[in-house]
Amino acid sequence: MPIAHIMAAGMGGMRTAGDLVAWMQMSKKMKLPEAKQYVAEKLGVSVLDLTNEDVMYPLREELGIGVVTAVAGGPKGILAKARIAKLLDIEINSVNLFKETVAAIG
Amino acid sequence: MGDGVVTRLGDGERIELDAQTVREDLLDGTRDAAKKGQIPELEASELDQLFEIIAEPGRTVSVPPGEELIVTDDAIADGLVRGEADGGAGVPMDRLACLLGYERGAAADTACTGLEDFSFKPTKAVIDSEMQAQYTRSLSMTIPLFYGAQPNLGLYLQPDGPFPNFAELMPQGRIDEACKAQEDAAEALKDDMIFVGKRLNEIGCEGLNFDTAGSSGDADFYATLEAVRELKKSCPNMSLIIGMASEFVLGMHGKMTFDGKQLAGMYPHEQVKVVEDAGADIFGAAVNVNTTKTTPWNLSRATTFVKHTVQEAKIPVHPNVGMGVCGIPMILETPIDCVTRVAKALALIGNADGL
Repeated sequence: MPIAHIMAAGMGGMRTAGDLVAWMQMSKKMKLPEAKQYVAEKLGVSVLDLTNEDVMYPLREELGIGVVTAVAGGPKGILAKARIAKLLDIEINSVNLFKETVAAIG
Repeated sequence: MGDGVVTRLGDGERIELDAQTVREDLLDGTRDAAKKGQIPELEASELDQLFEIIAEPGRTVSVPPGEELIVTDDAIADGLVRGEADGGAGVPMDRLACLLGYERGAAADTACTGLEDFSFKPTKAVIDSEMQAQYTRSLSMTIPLFYGAQPNLGLYLQPDGPFPNFAELMPQGRIDEACKAQEDAAEALKDDMIFVGKRLNEIGCEGLNFDTAGSSGDADFYATLEAVRELKKSCPNMSLIIGMASEFVLGMHGKMTFDGKQLAGMYPHEQVKVVEDAGADIFGAAVNVNTTKTTPWNLSRATTFVKHTVQEAKIPVHPNVGMGVCGIPMILETPIDCVTRVAKALALIGNADGL
């Protein structure tokens, strides 16, 4: 069932920009049109291209914010999220904690 | 099957209807929602659009490019390992592998995980191990990761909990005692939800999903709203979702209020206003399914409620689209023809911000 929902109407997560738009709803309570517009402007793409794999895959790779395929050594997880927080100018709880931990190492 | 429209009943049985009957059910469904919620019916053009979605010949349907929305969930990825009661597949694999598979294999926008019982009370008892697991998951996941649990006030009532069971007191006419039991249970529930939320926040939890809120009635919903208000103050960077149990807040107490507003009897467009006031970031509207009615009737009804709730809301609205809510038939193995039609209708006509 969830995969049917994703295929019917989902933005595509890391395949495209679904996670980025989700962050804006979560962190700024943005409604869908505003969240899409915000992310599109930050990425420098059209709203339509937010779900265009042909645009988003190379762009995500270039920005180092994680792609859905397995790239050895490529940024995923907390490193990708740290870049996403900076790109979108938002606070991500897990990233903040990670930064504090790393800062303590020096 | 013949030349009619192939659809289903609310219990999942496949049926075939002529076009006129489908249109009558769509009209009847929106009128029922409008009457119960005292909200506007869908417009004629929207009913035509809904008919087209229902009558599309393909087994699955989808939204046009640019009309996609965000999908959140209630620990769907965990379903890979869970049992039949949760619709789980029982695959012997680790929870983190489930989540990463959901992120990278299913291209989910967000993910959620939680304890098998999926209620706050048992989660509190094992919070240290849940914190450790959630911390590790957060390091590995790229998409937003929620921790989810149900308020589930019923666990605080005898024989499962310390407080008298209001469902036993009320038939005996002991109304004051029944109300007091709910008030006491709500305070204990609120404290546990705040405890769990604060501990998860300590390990950088990105989001907390209060799933199936109000399942035990207005006291359950009250405790959830109070917990969210406190957590939003103390943990401002942890996103909070309140997803409802049903379209109508049951008045098991009857006099519970939040900011002076009576909770019993609230429909989704009213629920979202108190959820906003509490400080939640996303609202999950639930609309009940009538298993004896058709999917066109149920989906028209759900779309009517969702559209009006989205119009009223200042925060994103993600209607709950699991088994038996918002037009999805009440059947364990939910048919994808209905699932995708619900997704498309709620995105295009309901204007939902997510699912």
